[in-house]
Amino acid sequence: MLNTQDILETIQMIREENLDIRTITMGISLFDCVSDDENRLCEKIYDKITTRAERLVQVGNDIEIKYGIPIVNKRVSVTPVSLIGGNCSPEGYIKIAQTLQRAADTLGINFIGGFSALVQKGMTVGADRMISVIPEALAQTRNVCSSVNLASTKAGINMDALSRMGATIKKTAYLTREQNSIGCAKLVVFANVPEDNPFMAGAFCGIGEPETAINVGVSGPGVVASAIHRAGDCNLSTLADIIKKTAFKITRVGQLVASDASKELGVPFGIVDLSLAPTPAVGDSVAYILEEMGLESCGAHGTTAALAMLNDAVKKGGVMASSHVGGLSGAFIPVSEDAGMIAAAERGALTLEKLEAMTAVCSVGLDMIAIPGDTSEAIINGIIADELSIGVVNTKTTAVRLIPAYGKQAGDKVDFGGLLGSAPVMPVNPYSPERFISRGGRIPAPIHSLKN
Amino acid sequence: MKAVITVTGKDTVGIIAEVAGLCAKSGANILDITQTVLDEYFAMIMLVNIEKLNVGFAEFSAELATLGKSRGLDIHAMHEDIFRTMHHI
Repeated sequence: MLNTQDILETIQMIREENLDIRTITMGISLFDCVSDDENRLCEKIYDKITTRAERLVQVGNDIEIKYGIPIVNKRVSVTPVSLIGGNCSPEGYIKIAQTLQRAADTLGINFIGGFSALVQKGMTVGADRMISVIPEALAQTRNVCSSVNLASTKAGINMDALSRMGATIKKTAYLTREQNSIGCAKLVVFANVPEDNPFMAGAFCGIGEPETAINVGVSGPGVVASAIHRAGDCNLSTLADIIKKTAFKITRVGQLVASDASKELGVPFGIVDLSLAPTPAVGDSVAYILEEMGLESCGAHGTTAALAMLNDAVKKGGVMASSHVGGLSGAFIPVSEDAGMIAAAERGALTLEKLEAMTAVCSVGLDMIAIPGDTSEAIINGIIADELSIGVVNTKTTAVRLIPAYGKQAGDKVDFGGLLGSAPVMPVNPYSPERFISRGGRIPAPIHSLKN
Repeated sequence: MKAVITVTGKDTVGIIAEVAGLCAKSGANILDITQTVLDEYFAMIMLVNIEKLNVGFAEFSAELATLGKSRGLDIHAMHEDIFRTMHHI
């Protein structure tokens, strides 16, 4: 029997502590769309996406009403475009991006991910062409997201590909300069990219995925922060237990929504992503959790330890709540999307270097960080190389989503609106890694014995 | 199929009557009610069977919310599974 306490707790989580389902993301394979004609390829892509996901938004809205819980985004992820574009010209790849946008408009979804390439070991002609037009593709679309996997624990880091990303990111920033360089918010580079991630900008439908799959990402930093607040001055063992129990409840809702969506759409259930995804709303912040745990400000010494414990407890609680877990699974620390992170960066407590350390113990990486628009390509490449090496050596996913905000200096602020929030422009170490980066080649895969 | 209706807010005369009236009109059969008043703060939880609902669940839930707004109350109708899944293993 349901008890009153439980019912009121659920209501409080949703109404006052911002518990929501961040996204229902439908993965759609595009392998059967392959064609030697660009126009025919685009036609088949459009038809397949709009047919398979025709009811996605409606079903998402129905579930939202049925359970009284907000489902913030409905998204689609597709097979990495570089794998199905084949011999398309660079202009053909832009045409594919525009087709994805057209499909997103027809469906009324929030984002479509998969303008992606996997080049951790080397680059095919298709990947080369696709990467060369990422800036134009992102500037000419609104809801298309792009990602490039540059490294893996098995392959090492492809520095030839990595060294092109600084220029790609800066050009994207320039082409979308009228909208605060927002194109960069839709472009992420990875090490060890997951193939079933429901979160943007890195979502795509991996090569081992079925024709279609439903992947769900949950949110709920506010719920965890409130639970910790209520616990008062308990020790860290007790605190870890409280976080686990809360994560369990949050993830169970994700599992329920995923099963329902899967049944209604007739699409297999893929995974639930055990995530703590913040939003710019006050009270929905991962930084506030860390501060509630006892730090004066996020970014203070002790932040990495607190985050490591939080991330681990979220996974332990979440794993039991869901039949299949995947994606990025962990606490996210996107600066612009988290009111507490923004405040910590503005007061100078949170630096780029500390964020890098934090990414070693949590998902995902240097995320939604605005840096001065005149930061050199080599420095951006250096930041990426550092971050990806953390992922490669520690056998985890890491990623970089930087916004070199055109015309902006450290201390300025850029506003993206909506879930993407606003970011204080953070200062960057000005010394150049140019000679190191321009050597090219590959950083070999790390050894996995002799661990120290 | 069952739904849980929660009503919270300042206590006034006739809250239960109005919510129950709307349930009857919409074909929702009331199975259980718990209700408390603490310091003029009214909290009611109602379990209703919605299998014979004569309107869509979305409409039923919207009508309850509108009724809540007109009386300064917070009224939500949610499928019971969300509570069961979250709190029972």
